[in-house]
Amino acid sequence: MADSDELGADAASGVTPAEAPAAEDLTAVSVEVPPEIVAQSLGQYLRAWSARVRGGDAGILPVAVALIAVVAVFTAISPHNVFLSTRNLVNLFDQSAVFIVLAMGEGFVLLLGEIDLSIGFVAAIGGIVTAQLVQPTYDWPWWAAFAAGVLVCALIGAVQGTIITRLRMPAFVVTLAGYLIWFGVMIVLLGAAGGVGITSTQFQNQQVLYGIVYSYIDPVVSWIGLVVLVAVLGGAMWLRDGSRRRSGLVAPPVGLTLAKIAFIAIAGVVVVAICNANRGSILPIVGVPWVLPLVLVVLTAWTLLLERTQFGRHMYAVGGNAEAARRAGISVARVRTLGFVLCSATAGVAGIIYLSQLGGMTTNINGGQLVLYAVAAAVIGGTSLFGGRGRAIHGLLGGLVIGAIYNGLYLMGLPIQWQLIVTGLVLLAAVSVDSLSRKSGGGARV
Amino acid sequence: MRAMAESTEPLLRLRGISKHFGAVQALYGVDLDLPAGQVTALCGDNGAGKSVLTKCIAGIHQPDEGEMFWEGRPVQIRTPNDAANLGIETVYQDLALADNLDIVQNMFLGRERLSGIFLNEDSMERAAGETLAGLHVTTVRSIRQPVATLSGGQRQAVAVAKAVMWNSKLVMLDEPTAALGVAQTRMVLDLIKSLKDHGLAVMVISHNLNDVFEVADRIAVLRLGRMVAQEPIGNFDFQSVVDFMTTGTSGRDVMTSGAPSN
Repeated sequence: MADSDELGADAASGVTPAEAPAAEDLTAVSVEVPPEIVAQSLGQYLRAWSARVRGGDAGILPVAVALIAVVAVFTAISPHNVFLSTRNLVNLFDQSAVFIVLAMGEGFVLLLGEIDLSIGFVAAIGGIVTAQLVQPTYDWPWWAAFAAGVLVCALIGAVQGTIITRLRMPAFVVTLAGYLIWFGVMIVLLGAAGGVGITSTQFQNQQVLYGIVYSYIDPVVSWIGLVVLVAVLGGAMWLRDGSRRRSGLVAPPVGLTLAKIAFIAIAGVVVVAICNANRGSILPIVGVPWVLPLVLVVLTAWTLLLERTQFGRHMYAVGGNAEAARRAGISVARVRTLGFVLCSATAGVAGIIYLSQLGGMTTNINGGQLVLYAVAAAVIGGTSLFGGRGRAIHGLLGGLVIGAIYNGLYLMGLPIQWQLIVTGLVLLAAVSVDSLSRKSGGGARV
Repeated sequence: MRAMAESTEPLLRLRGISKHFGAVQALYGVDLDLPAGQVTALCGDNGAGKSVLTKCIAGIHQPDEGEMFWEGRPVQIRTPNDAANLGIETVYQDLALADNLDIVQNMFLGRERLSGIFLNEDSMERAAGETLAGLHVTTVRSIRQPVATLSGGQRQAVAVAKAVMWNSKLVMLDEPTAALGVAQTRMVLDLIKSLKDHGLAVMVISHNLNDVFEVADRIAVLRLGRMVAQEPIGNFDFQSVVDFMTTGTSGRDVMTSGAPSN
């Protein structure tokens, strides 16, 4: 589902220029243009794309290669090929979901050229608030507890964002302070018991939250859902690209539109088929875990917000050139503050997924590692650390890479230190790609 | 022929504009006319007050004294918004483009067209394409390419097109050719002429007298905050402009010995 939106027509956000205009003259011919906006056919597109990759602008290629490489390596070395078993693949997605959603949140602030180091513990706070509210003492409905957890995180983001933008303090320092503060608050909230659980079968609302990761959609329903999803998404892409082609606007070639729709359909079928194969060892277990559609909802919402709304456009402008945005009448402080709000609110969703995955929250939550994995996942996925470039899909791809490493090394019985070392090396590689593409392409940024 | 245009009321008329910053007097009673359909070059050495004067017109600074007349009516320009509402757009030297956004996105930045809650990309792309075509900007391969992939001249063209999109009547360009090579300079000068042909008033701040003599209809020379000369271009030659910029007078006496203008 890497290309699940109409990238072709609106490519600027995810595209790195291959060559920078120097201060003096450059002819237009020597400058690489994103292939999808000038190609007339699929063949031309592929040729232009390969030229662009050779020219140093790889787009989504590094993360795709990384994902395939990680999967190939672990398939080869995991005992009895257990890595590629359907049971493990579903498990891998469940584990990745937290990184994916956290990375989508971190993506908002990275896009603005900022960073938020606190979201690991902010996510923990969101999970704890939700968990507390479905305990017998409060007994809120699950959806209200879910919303309250996200809202608390959004408020935390609003406070931190306001301090950063209005008092002009560096985000690094403010969110580092937040890291410590919310770590402390987390321990306070968990109280003397040091933990809160949601696995009690007596309470329906706890079961629903626990079931985000551990209950499954009926196979028939999931197939119907997939058909509807592909029909709506594919139909929208087909109609949009078609109408743009007819009006003579910039649009991808017909072949590319069809290829994207086919890719979405195939990826969807593979995922649903894997989830609907029996993965139980004693009792049969089948079905798509609810966390998957939840991740897709977050992905869709944030993709639409970033790439189809005025606010999203302004986020890219502030990240690309804050002075240009200011002169265009955009309230830079407001956009920045809202970026931190969205980041923390998304972290709240990740925290609730984590709550579901763990069945409860304890003081052992390592919020520091979570936030570093979130930054790593976003950057591995293709989001720039320097601002102005990033998409929600980058969080999905990067989160899957991190999740695959985490899962694969765990399967091999390797201790945590190896997981840290390998993840660090992958992050280093991703940042190198980011810096190199910036050196060759972003030099003109003011 | 130019004398005829001079006789009618200019689009913007400044009279006695003074501005000081603390103890520093930046402008002393400056008069300036910016007629529609003509290019006025604002020349002057560093520190002559060109930027301050431009910013007074753009609404970034407010003059301490003096009057401004827009189409004959007295006006006060207090904010950049006031200037934009009158139809005054400024293209600054750094262009203020977001490299990561494409041409259409930059041209509509801050004034995006919407359909419902979503951006109306089709409408914006069409309008941006029409504006660029109207200015004969044809060298860009696609108006959906990121601005980072454009050459210096193309970036300047996008910045100018962005400025004229909003039914502007006066466009001020700050050193539009300073960073450009020969071919790109050619393109930008043609663009400026095309603005003039569309009936806009254009003010160009430039150090490059080659460009000034190529494109301007009138020259205004500032020296140490005072307007020392303001004449149709035919009344100047290279040396007299340099003399005005450096000494405030011209030994050649442009009014009588300069090349005849009509």
